[in-house]
Amino acid sequence: MTAITADHLLTRVRELLAAHPPADTDRADFLRARFDAGLAWVHYPEGLGGLAAPRTLQALVDTELEAAGAPDNDPRRIGIGLGMAAPTILAYGTDEQKRRFLRPLWVGEEVWCQLFSEPGAGSDLAALGTRAVREAGSGDWIVDGQKVWTSSAHTARWAILIARTDPTLPKHQGITYFLCDMHAPGVDVRPLRQITGEAEFNEVFLTGVRIPDSHRLGAVGQGWEVARTTLMNERVSIGGMRIPREGGMIAPVAVAWRERPGLRTHALHQRLLELWVEAEVARLTGERLRQQLAAGQPGPEGSGMKLTFARLNQEISGLEVELLGEEGLLYEDWTMRRPELVDFTGRDAGYRYLRAKGNSIEGGTSEILLNIVAERVLGLPAEPRDDKDLAWKDLAR
Amino acid sequence: MSTAFDLLYSETEEELRSAVRALLADRCAPADVLARAETGRPHDPGLWHTLAAEIGTAGLLVPEKLGGQGAGHREAAVVLEELGRAVAPVPYLTSAVLATEILLGCDTPEAAELLRELASGRLVCVPALPLTQAPGAPLPAAVRDTGGGILTGTVTSVADAVAADVLLVLADTGLYAVPAGAVSLTEPVPLDLTRPLATVTLAGGAGTRLADPATARAAVAGALLSGAGLLASEQLGLAQWCLTETVRHVRGRHQFNRPVGSFQALKHRLARLWLDVASARAAARAAADALATGAPDAPLTVAVAQAYCSGVAVRAAEECVQLHGGIGMTWEHPAHLYLKRAKTAALTLGTTGHHHALVADFAELPSP
Ligand SMILES: Cc1cc2nc3c(=O)[nH]c(=O)nc-3n(C[C@H](O)[C@H](O)[C@H](O)COP(=O)(O)OP(=O)(O)OC[C@H]3O[C@@H](n4cnc5c(N)ncnc54)[C@H](O)[C@@H]3O)c2cc1C
Repeated sequence: MTAITADHLLTRVRELLAAHPPADTDRADFLRARFDAGLAWVHYPEGLGGLAAPRTLQALVDTELEAAGAPDNDPRRIGIGLGMAAPTILAYGTDEQKRRFLRPLWVGEEVWCQLFSEPGAGSDLAALGTRAVREAGSGDWIVDGQKVWTSSAHTARWAILIARTDPTLPKHQGITYFLCDMHAPGVDVRPLRQITGEAEFNEVFLTGVRIPDSHRLGAVGQGWEVARTTLMNERVSIGGMRIPREGGMIAPVAVAWRERPGLRTHALHQRLLELWVEAEVARLTGERLRQQLAAGQPGPEGSGMKLTFARLNQEISGLEVELLGEEGLLYEDWTMRRPELVDFTGRDAGYRYLRAKGNSIEGGTSEILLNIVAERVLGLPAEPRDDKDLAWKDLAR
Repeated sequence: MSTAFDLLYSETEEELRSAVRALLADRCAPADVLARAETGRPHDPGLWHTLAAEIGTAGLLVPEKLGGQGAGHREAAVVLEELGRAVAPVPYLTSAVLATEILLGCDTPEAAELLRELASGRLVCVPALPLTQAPGAPLPAAVRDTGGGILTGTVTSVADAVAADVLLVLADTGLYAVPAGAVSLTEPVPLDLTRPLATVTLAGGAGTRLADPATARAAVAGALLSGAGLLASEQLGLAQWCLTETVRHVRGRHQFNRPVGSFQALKHRLARLWLDVASARAAARAAADALATGAPDAPLTVAVAQAYCSGVAVRAAEECVQLHGGIGMTWEHPAHLYLKRAKTAALTLGTTGHHHALVADFAELPSP
C-alpha cells in the first residue's frame, strides 16, 4: 500500500465537501460522512474514521474543513470520549467494539464518561474496590460499587469502567476494564456539587449492573494495563490543546488590563508580565512538543504540560480576581446548575479562579505527576513501597 | 529606638480565646456556616448576641467609662483569630472594630452614645465604606449632604450592611450615623458568602451628624489602620485552621497502602506552610501590639502584617483544597468557605500590592 499523501487527503476533503456541502447538510450527517470518508482522525485505520495516514496530516484536514465552514464535532463536550475512550478502544477493542463505538463517539451522538475514581481510590487508582463478578450461566459480569467525581456522568451514554475481578491478587493484577452502559439498570447518577456551586461531577452508584462479556475491553485481569493507556491519553489531552498567543486564561486578564487603565498598579503589572511570559512559553513548549512528536521524537515534556497549565491557570485566575478589585469580591451566580461542559472563558473571574483549583487534581494530581517526572523522566528512585506484592484485600484502607 | 513589645498571648487572652472557641465550636461549625450561607442570610443574630453581649467581645476596644471592656487590640485580635478559624459570619471586623474605631475617633456625645450601644452588643453598626478601602488610600467622596444632614449618594461593596442597625456614612460635610431603615440596599452575589456585601444607596434620608469633615476623615483613617492590622489576625486564624485540618486529613487518608501525609513531597509542603503560619502569627501579633500601644511605627507594622498575612491565608486555603484531593473540590467540604474568605480578604482593606507600596514609603525604599 502506498503512503497517504497530503494531496491525496486534500482530494478526499474536496470530494467530501462536494458531496455534502456544509451550507445545506445537517450537522450530524456531515460529521458521519466525514467519519466514513476517513477524515475524522486520519491516522486511525480505514473504516474506523481514518486512512492510516500520518498523524501530522490531521491539521491539514482540519484547517481545510474549517475554512470551508464545515461543522466541528465540539471536542469540549465529548472530551472524555475523544481523548480517552477512543484511543483505548482503538488499542484494545475487538473489531466489533471498534465498529460499534468509534463512529457515534466521534460524531458526538454518544457522550462518554470515566468511571475510575472511587471514594477510597483516587491517586492510588489501582486500589479500587468496585467488584465485577462473572455470572456462571450467562458469562455476563455483575458490577457493584461506588464511583465518585465522575465528570459528565449525567450526560454520558457510555462509560469506561474499571473494576476488581480478583481481590486475592496484588492490586494491579485483579482489575478488568469494561465499557458500561450508563442507561443499564442499577446505574444511579447523583449530582455532586462543587466549590463553584455547580454540579459538574457526580457520584455514581453501581448496584447489580449487568455488563455483557462482549463489553469487556482487553483480557480479564488486564485492566490496569488498559487503564494506563487511558490515563496517558488523558494527560496528553488535558495539557495538549493547541492555543494561539494570548489564548487561554491569560486572555481575559490582558483584555481587562488594556481596557481598564483604572485597575493598573505597579505591583500587578510586574506579576501580569511574569505570567504573560510564562503563558507564552508554555504555549511554545506545547508547540515544540507537537513538532517533536510529528518528527517522531517523543519527548518527556508531555508529562509536564498538564503540570504547567494547572499552575498557570491557577496563578493567572488568582491575579485576575485581585486585578478586578471591588468586582473581584463578587461572584456571578451560586445557583446549583448541571453544566454540559466546563466553560472557562464564558464565565467570570471568580468562577475561573475556583474551577482552576480542579486543574491540579483532576486527571492525576500535580503531586502524582511530579512524582512521575522525577521517577520516569529523571530516573530518581521511587519512595519505598510495600503495596505491590500484597493481595488487594490485605491493603490498608 | 524600639520600645518593648509583646508577641505572646497573655493568660487573659487565652481565656478569652477559649470562651470564643467553645462558643463557635458549639454554634458555628462549618456545616452550620454553609447551611446558613446557602439561605442567603449568613448572619446568626443569636450567635452574635452571645459573642458580642454575653462574652462581651463587642466592647473590647471601648473604654470602661463608655460601657466597654477597656481591653484593647491584642484581645480583639484573639477574637478575630478564632472568628477566622471558624469563617464565622459575624459583623465583628465591621462593627466591633471598624465602626467602633471610627466612633472612638469622633469624641462627641452622639458618638459616645452609639459606642455604648455597640459595646453592649445591642446594636450592629457598620461603616458605609467599600470593603476594599485601604488605609493610606484616598477616601471616597461619593456621598453629599444636600442640606441639614439630608444625604444622597451610593457606596458599593459595603460588608455586613445587611446585618446593620446603623451605618456610619462619610459625607462631604462630615460623618453621619444613618439608621438602616433610611437607606436602601441591593445585594450583589459575593464570592465570599460568609461576608455579604451590599450597595448602599442614600436617597435623601436624614442622619445624625457625629463629626466635622476633618475629624471624620481622621477617624476613618485611624479605623482603617486598625482594621487592616486586626484583619491579619483573622487571616492568621483562617490559615491555622487550613493547616490543622489538612494535616489531620493527610494523616488519615491512605493511598498506596500508607497515609498520604507520609510522602515527603507533602511533608515538606506542610512543614513550609507551618513555617509561614508561624511567621504570620508573629506579624499579626506585632500589628495588634503596635495598635494597642499606639507605637509610632504602627503604620509600618500593620502594612507588614497585611502584606504578609494575606498571602499566607490564600496559600493555606489553596493547599487545603489541593491536599484534600477531589474532596476539597466539593461543596460539602468546608475548604471552599475558607478559600473564598481568604481570597476576598486579600482584597479587603488594601491588597498586598497596596501594602507593599506603604512599606516602601514607611521604610524609605522608594520605587525607581
Ligand atoms: C474537577 C474534577 C473532575 C474529576 N473527574 C473525574 C472523572 O471524570 N472520572 C474519574 O474517574 N475521576 C475524576 N476525578 C477524580 C480525580 O482523578 C481524583 O480526585 C484524583 O486522582 C485525586 O484523587 P483523590 O481525590 O482521591 O485524592 P488523594 O489521592 O486522596 O490525594 C490527597 C492528596 O495527597 C496527595 N498524594 C497522594 N498520593 C501521593 C504521593 N504518592 N505523593 C505525593 N502526594 C500524594 C495528592 O496529590 C493530594 O494532594 C475528578 C476530580 C476533579 C477534582
